[in-house]
This record gives sequence, C-alpha cells and structure tokens, in this order.
Amino acid sequence: MAFPETHRSVVLAVRSPDAQERARALEAVVAAYWRPVYRHVRFRWRAREEEAEDLAQGFFAAALEKGWLARYDPARGRFRSYLLACLEAYVANEKRAEHRLKRGGGAVIVPLEGTDADGEPRELQIADGTDLEAEFQHEWARGLFALAVAALRARCAGTSRAVAFALFERYDLEDHDASDRPRYADLAAEFALPVTQVTNHLHWARRELRTTVLEKLREITASEEEFRAEARALLGAEPS
Amino acid sequence: MLSDGALDRLRQVTQWPDLTGTRYELRGEVARGGMGVVYVARDRELERDVALKVIAVEAADAETAGRLRREARTIARLEHPGIVPVHDVGELPDGRVFYAMKLVSGKRLDELVQGGLSLRERLRVLLRICEPVAFAHAHGVIHRDLKPENVMVGPFGEVLVMDWGVAKHRPEAPVASGETHAPANPAPHATAHGTIVGTPAYMAPEQARGDVERVDARSDVYALGAILYFMLTGHAPGRPPASPEATTRTWVGPRHTAVAPGIAPPHELVPDLPRPLEAICLKALALEPEQRYAGVAELASDLGRFLEGESVSAYPEGLLGRARRFASRHRTPILLVLAYVVMRVVLLLVARV
Repeated sequence: MAFPETHRSVVLAVRSPDAQERARALEAVVAAYWRPVYRHVRFRWRAREEEAEDLAQGFFAAALEKGWLARYDPARGRFRSYLLACLEAYVANEKRAEHRLKRGGGAVIVPLEGTDADGEPRELQIADGTDLEAEFQHEWARGLFALAVAALRARCAGTSRAVAFALFERYDLEDHDASDRPRYADLAAEFALPVTQVTNHLHWARRELRTTVLEKLREITASEEEFRAEARALLGAEPS
Repeated sequence: MLSDGALDRLRQVTQWPDLTGTRYELRGEVARGGMGVVYVARDRELERDVALKVIAVEAADAETAGRLRREARTIARLEHPGIVPVHDVGELPDGRVFYAMKLVSGKRLDELVQGGLSLRERLRVLLRICEPVAFAHAHGVIHRDLKPENVMVGPFGEVLVMDWGVAKHRPEAPVASGETHAPANPAPHATAHGTIVGTPAYMAPEQARGDVERVDARSDVYALGAILYFMLTGHAPGRPPASPEATTRTWVGPRHTAVAPGIAPPHELVPDLPRPLEAICLKALALEPEQRYAGVAELASDLGRFLEGESVSAYPEGLLGRARRFASRHRTPILLVLAYVVMRVVLLLVARV
C-alpha cells in the first residue's frame, strides 16, 4: 500500500495567488478542522453551543481575512499545532474584548501575549503531548475519519461497490461489543453472499478507507515529513 | 459523527491484513509488537476463535518472514501445557506470513502481580513458569525474552509462556542438566555475535553485551531471577528507586554471588523479605553465569524447598537459623510435645503436693 501522492496540500494552497484555489483550500481546511475547533472552544473555553459556533465561524473568517493560514511555516511545527495556537489567541482576544464591552469599556483590542500589535498571532507553540493538544488531535482524527467515511460512502453509492460499503457499515462502523459483533457467516446470510465475498468486500472497503484517509491527510498537511508523522500517529504504524 | 468506539475501530481496521482466501475472519487487535501484530480471529472451519500473529506491514521482509515461521515451528515442537499450541502457519495474499495459535484468556503476569497475590501464590506461579522453560531447555531451545509481559496466567491458574520470537536453538546441546556446550554446527539462523535481542531489564548481562556464544540456559535462569525480583518487589531489577549507593555498588549475596551494579538487594525494597528467598533471587541474578543456578530445575528445586520450609542451596544457614526454620516448619508437633511436657510437669507437682 503506497502513500497517495496525487493530492496537493491545501495548507500550502491557501497562499495561492489564484482566488479560486485559495477558496477551495480554505474550504478543505474548514471541513477538516471545523469540529475540532468547535469542540475546543466549547469545552476548553466553556462556551455555549451557539457561542462556540460563532467563535469557530469567526475564527476561520479571521484566519482567512488576516492571512494567518498563509503565514504558516511548515519548518516550525505541525499545522495542527499552529492552528490550535492561532485559535487560542483568537478566542482569548475575543473573550477579553467581550469582557471589556460588558464593563462598558471600548472595543479596542489590546494585544495579547502571543499576538502582535495588530492582534494577530505570533508563532505560538503548544507543546505536543499536553492534554489540550491531545484532545484537539483526537477530534481532528475523528473529523478526518468522518470525512473519509463520507467520501467512501459517496464513492460507493449507486455503484457495484454499494454492497461493500453496506457490509463495512454493518461490521466496522456500527458500535458492537466483541461478543455481539456479527460473524461473516451472519453477514453472508443477511446479504445473500458467499462468505468469501464478505471477506473480499470488507477488505476492499478497509483498504479504500485507508487510502482515502491518507489522501485527506496529505491535503491537510504541509510537508512530506509532517504527513508521515501524522500518518504514524493516526494509524499507529508506518504505512508503506 | 463517529463515536469514540467507531473511531478506535476504524483506526485499527485500516491496518488490518487481507485474509482473503484464508479460513480466518478478523475480529479485533490484541497486541502489537516490533515484529508482528496479534489479532483475535475466527477460524471458520473449526468454528473457534484463535489468536493470529501477522508480521507488521512495516516489518515485512524476507528475514522477518523466516523468523516468524521459525517461531511457529519452535512452538509447534514444544508440546507442553505451559506453551501455547500453534495450529497453522500460512501466507496472506500480500505475502506476509502469519500463524494461528490458541487464543489465551487471562491476565499478564505483570497485571496479576499488581492485583495483589500472596507470597506463596506468587512463588507457585513462578514454579509453573519454570516448567515449560525447563522443558524448552531440554529440547535445546532458550527463550531469551522471559519477562512478566510474556507470561499469561489463565482463570484457573494455568500459566503460559508466550512470545518465542527471539528463541535460540541449540540442537547440539540439550541443556536441561545445566551443562552447556557450543553447538558443533550452529543453525543457519543463529544470531550473530554482537546482536542484542531481549528486554534490557530482564536480560542476562552476557545477552545484553551481545555475547551470543555465552547465552545458554543460564541466561533464561537470569530472566527467571529477574521475574522473581519483580514478583517480590514490584520492580524490575535495576529499576526500583534504590538507595544512591546501590546504583554504583555491586551487591554480593550469601554465597558470594555478585549481581550487576545498580541492582538493589530486594530487602532494601521489602525489608521483611525472608533472606533465603532473597538469596535464591540473587543467585539466579548473578552477574556471571557460572555463579547462577546451573539450570531451571535447580532454581525450581530451591523455590520448592523454600515453599516447603526446607533449607535452600543458595542460603547458608547457621545452627540458630536451622532451629528456627525447624520450629517454624514443625510448629504443631512441637507445640503438642511442649503442651504434653508442661502437663506432665504440672501433674508431677500436683502429685507431690
């Protein structure tokens, strides 16, 4: 199983001079990071649902408008860590501004630690391994797999592979305890297939999912090194 | 959105091997090591669950494939209740080698010891570990990676020694008696001099140095001593929070057996530990193989004697010590005799009055 090489990094594409490409890239970044960003705001900053949605939305808008994403330097760490640092600074700033307004103060945003005079994030580093990072990473992995599953579902729909996805959904996607997970023979009876076909379909779906996850991962990482490191962390082993 | 359970499973299944064309269906991942991954799989032909060890994708090469096949053959040769039986060896469509073995339920020894076992229970478990290891030695196989993580204890107390992946064959030199000879014709797969295999904390010094020629049954005796150390103190040798001087000092046991610097004597960690038991542990852990037990049988014999309250070869006893042990071992008859004597004396005194 080889690494997919064809998908260009959208993290790098956000600085493209082509406005359309930039927009597509941002869309891909938002798709991968919306949920981790939302949940981070929700739980780290104890924001209510609507407030967390607004802050997440505002963050991506500000990231685009102020060029934070384009300013990312792959040599200085993972994109995920950079984005998290930007998010932390953004939400902290928003909260301070909100607090000041409530007290009747003006709406002038005072530079935060980690932001420059324009309120834009400097190179904040959040050390890998902190709980904050781990939680963000977990949500990011969940989002990435969810995107890959959705892509696989769409690819299979209406084709001869629809049965493969249906089997995959029954066997691997549905929550089962080890004791109540159906056997291949049960699935074969349910789908009126030989057991060997169940094996084949499941293997195909898992392999396709893996390829899709790696494709998505390549899109949202900026360098080969970052891609490989993230793939190892995500899949538990070095894919070859 | 995916649940945590679904996410964990998807992360696993994208790594799962292709079992197309085999009689197995994968159900979950059990363990992952450097060389291979162990899965629970369903054997459709025999309608039973088995453990399937498959070479990891990143380790898949001809050498590892040969190693896994040898491991399977080694285990298959060692038919013993304390060694997990191998059912089948095969190749996946992608060329990776796998073997199927009995699915073992139970706890790993390190988990079991942390769960709290009495001293006698712990020693009985160690005696059960000695049995398959001695059996393997009698068949010319040295395990070389004995450690608590490689021992499973089943729900009925059955003990299984696992992971024979780095076992060494000495076909010319059965070593059950403890005698060791270099094989006249080393096996073609013999580990090269300087190659270090095993787990550092449980590895005999000669093994840690990569001195392959000196690795024999006594290297496994060392590992069993290290497991005993762990079972007595809760720490691997050299890993406990020892006193500062223990990190540089070479401790010498009762029979002048020196252990490696940095290994604190067990009584520093467990002050009320019986000294004969500590002496057994330190003799097994001796720095020089010649100072260790000559074989696993000798170690097991000393452990058995300790359990029976008898003297052990590793611990020289004075007259007082022997008397104390005799008294402790025969407490009931001694008390009965004493009670009888006291009663006779009292009766005698009463009769005089």
